[in-house]
Amino acid sequence: MIDTLTQLAQGFAIALTPVNLMWCFIGVFVGTAIGVLPGIGPALAIALLLPLTYKVDATAAFILFAGIYYGAMYGGSTTSILLNTPGESATIVTAMEGNKMAKKGRAGAALATAAIGSFVAGTIGTLGITFIAEPVVNLALKFGPADYFSLMILSFVTVSAVLGSSAVRGLTSLALGIFLGLIGIDLQTGQPRFWFGVTELSDGINVIVVAVGLFAIGETLYLAAQKKSDTPPEVIEIKDSIFMSREDWARSWKPWLRGSALGFPIGAMPAGGAEIPTFLSYFIEKKLSTKPEEFGHGAIEGVAGPEAANNASAAGVLVPMLALGLPTSATAAIMLSAFQSYGITPGPLLFTQQPQLVWGLIASLYIGNVMLLILNLPLIALWVKMLKIPEPLLYGGILMFATIGTYGISQSVVDLILLYIIGGLGFLMRRFDFPTAPVIIGMILGPLAEQNFRQAMTISQGDISVLVTRPLSLSLLLLSALALLGPQIWRLMRGRRVA
Amino acid sequence: MSTRRDVLKTLALTSSAAAIPALWSGAAFAQAPGALQIFVPAAPGGGWDSTARTIEMAMKTDNLAKDFKFEHAPGAGGAVGLPKFLSTKKGAADALMVGGMVMVGSLIANKSPVSMKDLTPIARLTGEANVLVVPAASPIKNIKEWVEAFKKEPGKMSVAGGSAGGTDHILMGMIGRAVGVEPKAVSYVAFAGGGPATAAILGSQVACGTSGVGEFVEHVKSGKMRALAVSGGARVAGVDAPTLKEAGIDVELVNWRGVFGAPGVTPEQQAALVGLVEKMAKGPTWQAELKKKDWTDVYLGGPAFGKYLDAEITRITGILKDLGLAT
Repeated sequence: MIDTLTQLAQGFAIALTPVNLMWCFIGVFVGTAIGVLPGIGPALAIALLLPLTYKVDATAAFILFAGIYYGAMYGGSTTSILLNTPGESATIVTAMEGNKMAKKGRAGAALATAAIGSFVAGTIGTLGITFIAEPVVNLALKFGPADYFSLMILSFVTVSAVLGSSAVRGLTSLALGIFLGLIGIDLQTGQPRFWFGVTELSDGINVIVVAVGLFAIGETLYLAAQKKSDTPPEVIEIKDSIFMSREDWARSWKPWLRGSALGFPIGAMPAGGAEIPTFLSYFIEKKLSTKPEEFGHGAIEGVAGPEAANNASAAGVLVPMLALGLPTSATAAIMLSAFQSYGITPGPLLFTQQPQLVWGLIASLYIGNVMLLILNLPLIALWVKMLKIPEPLLYGGILMFATIGTYGISQSVVDLILLYIIGGLGFLMRRFDFPTAPVIIGMILGPLAEQNFRQAMTISQGDISVLVTRPLSLSLLLLSALALLGPQIWRLMRGRRVA
Repeated sequence: MSTRRDVLKTLALTSSAAAIPALWSGAAFAQAPGALQIFVPAAPGGGWDSTARTIEMAMKTDNLAKDFKFEHAPGAGGAVGLPKFLSTKKGAADALMVGGMVMVGSLIANKSPVSMKDLTPIARLTGEANVLVVPAASPIKNIKEWVEAFKKEPGKMSVAGGSAGGTDHILMGMIGRAVGVEPKAVSYVAFAGGGPATAAILGSQVACGTSGVGEFVEHVKSGKMRALAVSGGARVAGVDAPTLKEAGIDVELVNWRGVFGAPGVTPEQQAALVGLVEKMAKGPTWQAELKKKDWTDVYLGGPAFGKYLDAEITRITGILKDLGLAT
């Protein structure tokens, strides 16, 4: 502990030099900007900056990259809330309640709870990296494919929180999402599935393309189809203060903490990722909320929790990277390739061989978080003004923004065609009252569940009992059953007592 | 300075050797010491991109070429980029595409209508051997014990590696064939990349695993994995394990990367590019980068590389058929 604190102090001494502070600031600034843009994610931004590693020293480069990484997690929520256009896959859930809040004139509160929640979660996550990296990594390695499959089952339960009025419609959306997730070359056999001979489809469809298509394009088409030309364009009124009220604070702080507690460990798991904790957080907040009826209409808990979960998972992803040299996300993989250009081999010995670099990086994460909060809070007033743009212009802008962003993902025309096909689908779904969120959940979870199940079956030689003989897997399955059936049983029991 | 003049001389010689210098040559050679456009059929940040960036850096530092234009066409292990390169760069003598062994398998998996044989071979540059490892806690101590256990019950010997049909899977198929186990019987568990595969091995979720030496070497050094054998022609420094051939398994496989020219360039233009790349590959900057990045130098230039490529395509197609992944 004392040892850790001494090293952290040395890390701060490195991170607080004017040059490194400058890199940290550039990083969080660029990160916020690319987070705002749909399509360009932190992985691509860092990849494009890799040639920089020939010019600046290792510590400065990693401080810059880490700033971009954290910044992107902050920025991603902005467009989700304001324009229903998620910039990163981990902020898709934020769009669900956040955009509803913005439509009710509460964009300021939504952006503030996202920014402060990100700060809280980022700081908790960084504390986690500092003090409990090793036990967390050891726990994460205990998860095998069978356990991941059960974690996916637990995550599928979260769909029940976004099903909407009709279970049949919700499950139809979910099935569509799972189908979209299956498109592309199958990892276990190397064979393309549902690709219709289009080579561009063999890597699968990017979930951002689907999210932007369903949410932003579909919504815009729906509104355009509804509006009569003689009605004057409507401007969203900004109600109350642009910041958070006392009630908002009271309803936000617990979701921040719960989101962080979910995000950090799942982010640290090699196949955990950033999306699953946001789904779980949304589900938990809906279940625990005193006002569950507000969910689907702009509940602040539904922004606070998932946003915190997403930022804490970003910190979690750095744990296996720094502790073991394991890249568990695209961004981590590219950061590791930057280590290589310095002739540094990341691995279990990194902490002992490169203490300056590692602790300087960790210290800069604390500093970057503070910078991001300072950078983002004043920006809220500016962002909110964007909603004063008359709707036809605003939605025209969203279409353009979504199109450019999608093209930015891989400069592929196929992606653009897909975007508009899915946008048309989103319009029809909206028109016939099918919920769109289950599509995204199915698309992310479906292939993960499938691959983990098949990996587990290969390892166990087809013995399905591994799902219940492994303690971790069994606990997760029991939790899923409890989350799904618990409320019903509870209601039945209460109903009987009343009768 | 002398290097620059040498290159100019080579370039001048080769261009005048061509009976009618093509249109590009005037433009490209005017900007001495030369301009190149590099095509990367993958996203920025990956192995092919890093090869391309290192080529740029080495050529600039050693004054072999000054202007570089990059183009990325990511997707499907190169199967998206290759047709694009073949059609848009036809006859462009200043175009280089980075690619490698992985692409051979990807093209087969994607049932691609184009082939790497349509490219103009320039040079094989780097190669990385695979290493076969077991978790530190495994009862298997060496390659001999591994082969025995594998032959006895191949189903129980689950192997973690990258995507199906990739280098790791191909290697396991070859080993299976060499020791008398049906390649299809290999209990291969594909993971999405080296990170998740490493995690599965460290957590003892699988019996063994294979990947490029670079992916596992630090875990072997720290004692969390035990290396059983390496797949290259020679042992690897820092890894205490024999080659497969030394262990009596007649398999040699390296995951190579190289550069290719556009289709339709003349033999003279090909020779000029080979000369340029060879100068770079033998130059001090490239050699220093190889050491820094732990890449093995497997330079093989021009027509010899073309022959090697043909042999690789035949060999890999054969093993993918045995694995049941190709028809």
